[in-house]
Amino acid sequence: MKKDINSLSPEARAIIRAQVSRRSVLAGVGAVSAAGLLAACGTGSSTGAKVAVDVSDTEKIVRWANWPLYLDFNEDTKVYPTLAAFEKQSGLKVTYEEAIDDNNTFYGKVQGQLSIGSDIGYDIVAPTDWMAARFIEQGYAQKLDPANVPNKTNIRQVLSDVGFDKGRQYSLTWQSGFAGFGWNTQKLPKGVRTMEDLFAPANKGKVVVLSELRDTIGVIMLYQGVDPSSNFTEDQYMNAIDFFKKKIADGFIRQVKGNSYSEDLKRGDANAVIGWSGDIFILKSESGGKFDFAIPESGGTLWSDNLLIPSTSTHKKNAEKLINYYYEPAVAAQVAAYVNYICPVEAAQPELEKIDPALAASPFIFPDAATLAKVKVFRSLSADESTKFQTAFDEAIGN
Amino acid sequence: MAFLHAVSSGHSATKNVLKKRSLTPYLLLAPGLIWLITFFIIPIFSLASTSTMVRPDGAQVGVYEQKLRFANYVDAFVANQDQYLRSFFYAALATLLALAIAYPLAYAIAFKSGKYRNILLVLVIAPFFTSFLLRTIAWTQILADSGPVVSAIKVLPFIDDLFRINNTSTAVVIGLAYNFLPFMTLPLYASLERIDPRTLEAAGDLYANGLTTFRKVTLPLSMPGVVAGTLLTFIPAAGDYVNAAILGNPNTKMIGNVIESRFFAVVDYPTAAALSFTLMATILILVTLYIRKSGTDELV
Repeated sequence: MKKDINSLSPEARAIIRAQVSRRSVLAGVGAVSAAGLLAACGTGSSTGAKVAVDVSDTEKIVRWANWPLYLDFNEDTKVYPTLAAFEKQSGLKVTYEEAIDDNNTFYGKVQGQLSIGSDIGYDIVAPTDWMAARFIEQGYAQKLDPANVPNKTNIRQVLSDVGFDKGRQYSLTWQSGFAGFGWNTQKLPKGVRTMEDLFAPANKGKVVVLSELRDTIGVIMLYQGVDPSSNFTEDQYMNAIDFFKKKIADGFIRQVKGNSYSEDLKRGDANAVIGWSGDIFILKSESGGKFDFAIPESGGTLWSDNLLIPSTSTHKKNAEKLINYYYEPAVAAQVAAYVNYICPVEAAQPELEKIDPALAASPFIFPDAATLAKVKVFRSLSADESTKFQTAFDEAIGN
Repeated sequence: MAFLHAVSSGHSATKNVLKKRSLTPYLLLAPGLIWLITFFIIPIFSLASTSTMVRPDGAQVGVYEQKLRFANYVDAFVANQDQYLRSFFYAALATLLALAIAYPLAYAIAFKSGKYRNILLVLVIAPFFTSFLLRTIAWTQILADSGPVVSAIKVLPFIDDLFRINNTSTAVVIGLAYNFLPFMTLPLYASLERIDPRTLEAAGDLYANGLTTFRKVTLPLSMPGVVAGTLLTFIPAAGDYVNAAILGNPNTKMIGNVIESRFFAVVDYPTAAALSFTLMATILILVTLYIRKSGTDELV
């Protein structure tokens, strides 16, 4: 999804996208039900998660699970430059794995081990907001020691306090992005800025939307005048589901999927999508402006992936050192230059200017107040709501 | 003395042989048994126990209690019967389509390919060298709205401008038939290839024409292949969810998609487990009936 894969051939890129891109539906699909079986083994037990003993002082290692293409990487030398610099500076050995393809699949894999307090093999994980909320709520996250993470204060103001983690005791934002409208500028030269534009008669059967309920339903709720960050009611949520179902039944929505919607745009199977900012900006730069992205006039959603230390981590202090390192402005700028998502460290902007002035000016990497005013973070759901709402959404998409 | 000694040692030797013989089958079975117990029996029990659990009100996501609620099965089936019926319908269509393609193909390879036989067989298996997912994704390119197939069909008169194949039930059935084609072709080939050419000659000597020979000799002799091929295609196709997820739309989801969604997205393990069991049981019943009917005991 990021800049460096542009150097590959289009076929190779398509394969990488289709296979490993973040949040991809295929990834969820590809993970055989074995993980489900394992997860099922761990059910009945309650969640009195045990917190592991910290052996950071004797074992100089830290193990980090992240999403694919989510950290600066040098194709020529095959190293992660910022990570290599951290290893040199701290004397710690970092194992970095692109182990998270999908929030649900990753949770399915580690939940059983977390519930019995057995090491999941990672000291840092990077779940999206709502999944981070689940980790914290179930006691699967360790509290960060503020003394070990002084750079915590560098985090962007809007991210410094979030509903699922008051005062950021457990987690810090890794990267964020917007969900909004993406479209093919050749087929829709006027652009897509409202829900009416998206479901215009010409787009019948040519609209693809995200299988991430918080983004798709969040955008629809905003259109219906309901703020998804507020304490909305079940009826308000179900109204959005009804609208969504109707657009599927009327044949406007062709398919509901994860990251691979960008392939539908490229193939011409979709004229317009509800998609993620980062993806569509990469498509735009690859295609010389054939695609564009806008936050809907009625509002879009803002999501974030968060670093947190799982309860089974035995290297908490080392993990804190690593987290702290990535909130240094110069380091955050290096990451932002590669990943192209919203940088969680505002002070990284002048640093990014030194690397790439054009990127530093992008409102989608360093959003201004006007942009941020248009987006909402979908509020965290209680376990009952989560089960009910996700079931309603999955039934709407035919599952 | 020597005689006695010989007798007794002979006796103990027979005993040893007997002892060894009684252990050998178990030793031979051990790897398979251990495998089956670890990866089939234990998960099956875990799945069975999960299927009757209930989510206590207000419990965290993914926490379930054993309440032996067998009504889970009824609820899960009633809520998802459309996807159930659709799965078996699509799987049956895909099996017929695969049979229609694979039979002539296997026939040609077995009887008409000459020196190209091995190359053709390799070509049948070749798709297995790439990932199942990638091959399915490739079909989305072939069947794209502006791709070769749809463009060619649109040249015909009376074709609606909105005509498409991607994200339709047609695409799902095509995908299923394609993905399981080798499972149909290889058993057919194996049984066709085993046919003694002299039986065909004999049919000719008895004044049977080509069609009659096929109907009265070739087809009946190839029935074990037909039964094996249709089973090997139908069973995985009925449980498949990749084709419906990639090539389908929200109205073409199969039961596999529902199970996947309940396991991972909704984290409703009991429903997913109950659906898995119902699917397994239905397939088992269908297969038993089919084998009874076709009378090919040698297969099982």
